[in-house]
Amino acid sequence: MSLDWVIKILVENWPMFLRGAGVTLLIALIGTVFGAIIGLLAGMIRTIPMPERGMRKILLKTINLILSIYIEFFRGTPMIAQAMVIFYGSALAFGIDMNVFAAAIIIVSINTGAYMAEIVRGGVLSIDKGQFEAAHAVGMNHMQTMWNVVLPQVIRNILPATGNQFVINIKDTSVLNVISVTELYFVTKTVSGISYRYFETFFVACMIYFTMTFVVTRILLYIEKRLDGSENYTMITNDTQFEAIQK
Amino acid sequence: MEKIVDIQHLNKSFGAHEVLKDINFSVNKGEVVSIIGSSGSGKSTLLRCINLLEKPSGGEIIYRGENILDDKHDLAEYRKHLGMVFQQFNLFNNHNVLNNCVVGQIKVLKRTRGEAEKVAMKYLGVVGMDRYINAKPKQLSGGQKQRVAIARALCMEPDVILFDEPTSALDPEMVGEVLKVMKDLAESGLTMLIVTHEMEFAKEVSDRVVFMDKGVIAEEGHPEHIFNNPSQERTREFLKRTLVQSRLAFV
Ligand SMILES: Nc1ncnc2c1ncn2[C@@H]1O[C@H](COP(=O)(O)OP(=O)(O)OP(=O)(O)O)[C@@H](O)[C@H]1O
Ligand SMILES: [Mg+2]
Repeated sequence: MSLDWVIKILVENWPMFLRGAGVTLLIALIGTVFGAIIGLLAGMIRTIPMPERGMRKILLKTINLILSIYIEFFRGTPMIAQAMVIFYGSALAFGIDMNVFAAAIIIVSINTGAYMAEIVRGGVLSIDKGQFEAAHAVGMNHMQTMWNVVLPQVIRNILPATGNQFVINIKDTSVLNVISVTELYFVTKTVSGISYRYFETFFVACMIYFTMTFVVTRILLYIEKRLDGSENYTMITNDTQFEAIQK
Repeated sequence: MEKIVDIQHLNKSFGAHEVLKDINFSVNKGEVVSIIGSSGSGKSTLLRCINLLEKPSGGEIIYRGENILDDKHDLAEYRKHLGMVFQQFNLFNNHNVLNNCVVGQIKVLKRTRGEAEKVAMKYLGVVGMDRYINAKPKQLSGGQKQRVAIARALCMEPDVILFDEPTSALDPEMVGEVLKVMKDLAESGLTMLIVTHEMEFAKEVSDRVVFMDKGVIAEEGHPEHIFNNPSQERTREFLKRTLVQSRLAFV
């Protein structure tokens, strides 16, 4: 059986696999964080109430149009093709030889951003109208309402979707091997090309991918639970506590 | 008497549907005004127009000598002088009780956190919720939420507080605690404009009662007059209907 081969491949190549997995995880993590930031910004802009007239209306309409094009384009094309276009395109158009690692992060970020923008927009729309009205009624403007009331609730609500994007990104960074990023898939290809043991090498890769996504999923679930806090609250029952607050 | 808000020829349409028709009406300082009327008569819409959660289609809202509906007016600046208590409470879900009362003071009134917490504790005390400052809205009963919402409005120390059916979403056993708080506030001299279906309460606490019907103010006057001796036939009809309903509910 090939179990011997699996072990042999692991023993002989573990530093390479480890580095590959590290690169994969790093690109996925940074890409998800930047993507979430892009998505939050884009989603927030797309939910600004449209002014009735004037320059601001034209400006907002233009920005919204650009954002929709961005979202539609990156959701509607495969990341593997985007990687080629951005990497070779930048060389062609500006004559710059992009660092592949930087290119990888940019591609994953803007790709994730396109998905997150829609998730954030949905998140804002799902917040009860009463929350906006109550904030407006105490005199908050749109920015204050978003920042102090809506956004914290949106972020909590989109956390599962963001985690999901992270897991997807761990797997999808594999397509970046087309621009020679030394992530896990690229490493696996290299190792199998030397050993000629395709099944065993890719089996090892699968196990590593699965371990990463499984652990990440558990960690995210744990964070979600922690953020929700305890189901109970402490009632203020003695007067020293009381006075401490009134100070 | 000093007018807090003065509404002149106010109109509001949703598309072709004319919901408010030429409303003229004002609230004086220290006054408690109740608005009654059947469902769909435009009570909530009137209240929401007053603090511009709905944009009026026409007319004027005069506040401190200026028409708020003039283009250049800063909505947020005007709104901070008006409190609002909603039927559905609308506490900020992401904040605990204390922060619900504090965040507006800090962001809008630019008070320091220390000051704001002091004010919050004072008004949470008024509504009897000062022992629950750490609780999140979802951990409170309806009556408790509404009392916190009232404290949140009080913290902004507005010129008037608008109440839109504050007890309609409550279980019957919690209506009393909220009405009690509102009654105390009325007696303390707070200016209040209350949309309500609680006729007994309206009769007891109001200085003036406004009866709305199909988008117009059909009649207004002293509670004695409106409830015991209304001059309009439709007021009489409405009161008879609600009286029968409350008897039925009682049985
Ligand atoms: N956003 C809206 N769009 C369209 N029509 C609306 C809107 N809000 C209210 N209306 C209509 O305006 C009319 C008055 O509604 P409003 O909520 O002011 O009545 P109300 O007197 O508060 O009734 P209730 O006692 O049931 O609360 C109703 O016919 C309602 O359908
Ligand atoms: Mg209503």
